[in-house]
Amino acid sequence: MSDSAKKVSKDARDRYWRSNLKWLAGLLSVWFLASYGCGILWVDALDKITIPGTGFKLGFWFAQQGSIYVFVVLIAIYVVVMNRLDKQLLEGKGEQ
Amino acid sequence: MDVQFWTYLLVGLTFALYIGIAIWSRAGSTSEFYVAGKGVPALANGMATAADWMSAASFISMAGIISFAGRDGSVYLMGWTGGYVLLALLLAPYLRRFGKFTVPDFIGDRYYSRTARLVAVFCAIFISFTYVAGQMRGVGVVFSRFLEVEVETGVVIGMVIVLFYAVLGGMKGITYTQVAQYCVLIFAFMVPAIFLSIQMAGNPIPQLGFGGTTPGETVSLLSKLDGLSEELGFNRYTEGVKPTVDVFFITAALMCGTAGLPHVIVRFYTVKKASAARNSALWALLLIAILYTAAPAVAVFARTNLLNTVKDANYKDLPSWFGNWENTGLIAWEDKNGDGKIQYTGRGPAFEKMPDAPKALPAFQEDEQGEKVRGSVGQRLLKNTPTDNDNELYIDRDIMVLANPEIGKLPNWVIGLVAAGGLAAALSTAAGLLLVISTSVAHDLVKTTFAPNMSEKQELIWARGGAAVAVVVAGYFGIKPPGFVAEVVAFAFGLAASSFFPAIILGIFTKRTTMQGAVAGMVVGLLFTASYIIYFKFPQLIDSLGIPTMANTTENWLFGISPEGIGTLGMLLNVVVAVIVSRVTPAPPQEVADIVEKVRYPRAALGEGEEG
Repeated sequence: MSDSAKKVSKDARDRYWRSNLKWLAGLLSVWFLASYGCGILWVDALDKITIPGTGFKLGFWFAQQGSIYVFVVLIAIYVVVMNRLDKQLLEGKGEQ
Repeated sequence: MDVQFWTYLLVGLTFALYIGIAIWSRAGSTSEFYVAGKGVPALANGMATAADWMSAASFISMAGIISFAGRDGSVYLMGWTGGYVLLALLLAPYLRRFGKFTVPDFIGDRYYSRTARLVAVFCAIFISFTYVAGQMRGVGVVFSRFLEVEVETGVVIGMVIVLFYAVLGGMKGITYTQVAQYCVLIFAFMVPAIFLSIQMAGNPIPQLGFGGTTPGETVSLLSKLDGLSEELGFNRYTEGVKPTVDVFFITAALMCGTAGLPHVIVRFYTVKKASAARNSALWALLLIAILYTAAPAVAVFARTNLLNTVKDANYKDLPSWFGNWENTGLIAWEDKNGDGKIQYTGRGPAFEKMPDAPKALPAFQEDEQGEKVRGSVGQRLLKNTPTDNDNELYIDRDIMVLANPEIGKLPNWVIGLVAAGGLAAALSTAAGLLLVISTSVAHDLVKTTFAPNMSEKQELIWARGGAAVAVVVAGYFGIKPPGFVAEVVAFAFGLAASSFFPAIILGIFTKRTTMQGAVAGMVVGLLFTASYIIYFKFPQLIDSLGIPTMANTTENWLFGISPEGIGTLGMLLNVVVAVIVSRVTPAPPQEVADIVEKVRYPRAALGEGEEG
């Protein structure tokens, strides 16, 4: 097979990049809301709620625990999504 | 068996392990020396990244800082973990696809400019040096506290160990020692945390325990701590006093700075391909999160224990740890009302700062023989002038982690373990930073800029030599820390955030950003951030230049942003300047568009073989 035959079409690559950007926008919005939102901007409002069965005020919990858990989950989602997108791109090669 | 025995045993065993690994994983080529041959498995790289990242500051100081700052301490928790989301999503996989060895490589090629590369090299070396000096100091401090040798001797021992495995093994040696160091440090941090959590909350998981209630009581730990703090005149622990805008900007500066730190980024060059870079970022954050979610719990346990122990206690009845840490100078007590009891309140420092000191640190009296001078109940006497508030106690925040096992009456082997863990944290970070310095010198300066025809063997000699010189310089700073080091370390983040971070992101996500745009952006961001920090942090310097100075307080700050958070504004300026200048300068050449294409897609999609 020559190099050009292995190459994925420009269309497919553009689609790949656009879905990557869409996922990035979505995941980074959650990243922002969990840390800057719940942990900083709305922390006092959320502190009026206590997580049932614990001594954690919700805003305080987000600032010192919750945001970090959310970060881990966000990267995990991105890993899974990108592995799938990579696979789709490479398996779909040569379709056009 | 006593603490000394356990400490020598555990520190000796871990050091033997690091040296063994170094001999086993010697580097034979520049690729092995710089990036471990690009063959590190994702989990191993995640562990190495975690150890690389968690420094003496994370292990020893962070829980202590939070313990004193309460909710305001959250900026470090979110800032130093949230950056990994940016790394995994916006930087690591793309930089790995670009290949080569360093951040200045990317900046230099993407912005087709030697100037851009030199700006990047300068930033990388500056950031790494400010950071590494603190690590060597940390090594010295742990040695002096636990093994009762001088700080200087401790630093030299640390230097020899790092020299051995960094010079011999390069990135390959460092990677596998860091894997071992991660295991040591996380074990050493979690064991006391779990013990304390069981003691204080009846729950073996510290992350849950600090939201719990001490068995037999009705009020939760956090409410109790809030009440106790308020009673003594401190802020309520779960409420903040820092203005929201400042908390916001500091968090952002720490996050973007983390993602822009060269010794962290370079770790993602060591894996096989982009997908492995994403995987190892996930592992890294997961492994870091274990310590970062336990630290606020340790902070609460330690704070509660401390307040309960010292509150209105007779000096003579205090447990032995109090006297031990007073002897090392990390605790000081000024019996203002002469009642022999400790009054610890939040109404200001116990004493004035000495005229030559940067802040209110204790200066103890000594007689002609250099012996400690003691007061009526045996306390060490101070030279400092007492303040007129009712607080009598000074406590260094570092002891919150170091003294925790003693305060919590944990077995002696746990204390030895904490010493070994602190050393693992400091050594692993120091080694990673030294490698960035040696790579910058050998690869980015000598090879790429001055002697492009150098053979690989010669380059390797330069790299090893660079590492050796860097260790010695760092050790010197560790023994004789220039006054500015402590002030500057926190700003490594601001500088990384306002220089590298935007340049890399724009380089990956836009094709139009030009050399002129990127260089102008980096220079403006860096100059703005550095001048703001210097203006507020080094008033003597500003005064000597004949510029009127202002106090480092909220009223004087631009938009209420402290020097710690100003890197965020510097970063925004960088982006704005880069975008505007790029619009009015000629578009980058075709090769650059090709580089951008290359980093965006898996290599196979561009017909370039399996890698990527």
